[in-house]
Amino acid sequence: MTDELFQKMSQSILDGDSDAAIALAKQAIDSGIDPLEAISKGFVVGVNQVGESFACGQAFLPELVMAGEAMKAAVATLEPEMQKRGTSRQVYGKVVLATVEGDIHEIGKTLVGTMLSASGFQVYDLGVDVPTAKIIEKVKEVDADLVGLSALLTTTMVKQKEVIDELDKLGLRKKVKVMVGGAPVTKDWVQKIEADGYSEDAIGAVGLAKRLVGVV
Amino acid sequence: MQPKLELLSLDLIARILDEAFQLMQKPGIKVQSAAAREMLIAAGASANGDVVNIPEKIIRKALETTPDEFCLYDRKGQPKVWYGGDAVQFDPGSSGVHILDPDTLEHKTSYTPDLARVVKVAEMLPEYAAQSTAIVCNEVPKTIGDFYRLYVVLMYSQKPIVTGSFSVQNLPIMFDMLGLFAGGRQALADKPQAVFDVCPSPPLIWSDFGANNLIELAKARVPAQLISMPLAGAAAPVTLLGSVVQHAAESLSGIAIHQLANPGAPIVWGGAPAIFDMRHGTTPMGAIETAMIDAAYAQVGKSLNLPTHAYLGASDAKVVDAQAGLESGVTAIIGALAGINMISGAGMLDFLACQSPEKLVVDAEGIGMALRLVAGIQVRTETLATALFEGINFKGDFLKQKVTRDLFSKEQHLPSSVIDRDSIRGWQASGSPDTFARAKTRTRELLAAYEPPCYSPEQERELRTMVENLARKAGMDALPKLG
Repeated sequence: MTDELFQKMSQSILDGDSDAAIALAKQAIDSGIDPLEAISKGFVVGVNQVGESFACGQAFLPELVMAGEAMKAAVATLEPEMQKRGTSRQVYGKVVLATVEGDIHEIGKTLVGTMLSASGFQVYDLGVDVPTAKIIEKVKEVDADLVGLSALLTTTMVKQKEVIDELDKLGLRKKVKVMVGGAPVTKDWVQKIEADGYSEDAIGAVGLAKRLVGVV
Repeated sequence: MQPKLELLSLDLIARILDEAFQLMQKPGIKVQSAAAREMLIAAGASANGDVVNIPEKIIRKALETTPDEFCLYDRKGQPKVWYGGDAVQFDPGSSGVHILDPDTLEHKTSYTPDLARVVKVAEMLPEYAAQSTAIVCNEVPKTIGDFYRLYVVLMYSQKPIVTGSFSVQNLPIMFDMLGLFAGGRQALADKPQAVFDVCPSPPLIWSDFGANNLIELAKARVPAQLISMPLAGAAAPVTLLGSVVQHAAESLSGIAIHQLANPGAPIVWGGAPAIFDMRHGTTPMGAIETAMIDAAYAQVGKSLNLPTHAYLGASDAKVVDAQAGLESGVTAIIGALAGINMISGAGMLDFLACQSPEKLVVDAEGIGMALRLVAGIQVRTETLATALFEGINFKGDFLKQKVTRDLFSKEQHLPSSVIDRDSIRGWQASGSPDTFARAKTRTRELLAAYEPPCYSPEQERELRTMVENLARKAGMDALPKLG
């Protein structure tokens, strides 16, 4: 019976069906299932499966994004019950995400945010055209483990370096890992600005983030 | 008869415009320029914060004053580019940040000599009616990058120019640079030598820079070219029609701002839309659906009697290979059949990031074919065939006819050496070169045959001094060496 419910939960994520995911989350609460179990044995299974399908070319971005949205909806529904039980979902790490100052491209960055949060990271997405000072402020405020910096223009890429330099200056560089992304970002650039890694796509970014916080 | 590709029925065009008018009312257009908002409000729009709800009547009124045609002139003041009707012309794609190294095939950061090379090759090829400020010169500070590019193009080309500014402050500088050749600002307005691209930000946003750019161009009566770029499935609806509606709403609201600033100023219904690749998250310019969005919005623009532009003839391939050839050729043909006045994109690879003079040379062949196609099938003889059969007597002797000698070069587009029509033996004898190898040879030949424009020494000096002074202010002691 419970296995069947877990199966349905996973399927709701695969279908990108937020309504179904919410209904199943409520059903789990009503039947007294531990929310953490609903997540780990039900919903997350779906997220991982979509990620794998995407990685091998069988799923596409809309499926990925909708799966992420459904996951978010399920977790939000389970949240009050987790609080009631005094438990919380294991968070792999806190990530501050931003598209750097002068750059308004957000599609890639938003996608990374969706997938990171679906995969168990606490994401603070600051949006686009974000000045370095604002990024640093947020990093300090939430005590972030990771910073993700997006830049789609060769002219704004330099801001990725600016953020890293600033973290360095404040002595935060050892504690806070920096991932960079965006079309013009290359391995050479990552080395040059001494970032901790980059990824070609959102699924790769999840793997990278997990490696950087030492989960895998 | 000029052959035509029409993807939309009249009913559908009416529905597209109707929904575009609805979008401009609700949710409205985000106009981040206070000056533009004030003009729209004074004309009867309502605003909530920076979101402006623009009633149809403002747009209709603006459309009454937009010119349905205008010309661009070369440095000698001769009309060379016709915006309006179904005229079809091409220019190289613009604002690349890389250049394809023809020997190593690396995508290298582009510098001044690279732009000079692109401009020289485009100057030599009649398939390009206009030049563009084709690549960014990365050794120059970004703050002066826009007028510096224009300077390099002016030094090497007589052709009209498709360009754009990176900041509103630099627009007057660029007007003055062009004015040096046109004979002042007023003369430049009367006989414009360049058109300036202006971009809304999808979805439904006119940034402060974009809107102010429109206003300044209108005031100077220098042609503006709207570059709306819905990204179907990401920054625009996934359906091609949904993206065409968004394009119309962004463009029409731009026209309203532009015409309110100065009624009658010339403006082009252009764009650079793309579908969103659902695997890689990229913006394929060579996709057939991208070209379909272009052809469709051009049809909408034509229904409003507006001059048209599109970004086609580019490829997402990384080298000048079969994919580059087919994407560039197919989309150039679609643009030509759609009767688009200016088609930008030639020479570009990698989602418009990389320019290549060698590709420009290959693309010129595709453009030659496209232009031949839109020239159509014409009646050139009194009888279509019967008179030509006199004296033929069942022999294949048409090569001996005077009419063959007179008409072959009109009937046939004569390709350059880039197109291989040799026998296999001849091809082998010349070293079995592939398209890219032939393009490299032809590029070298064109560069060797290139001659710079004959400006007066005073004109040249004035232009150089002007740019040098501005560059010094931006922290550059000396201008980079040109090509």
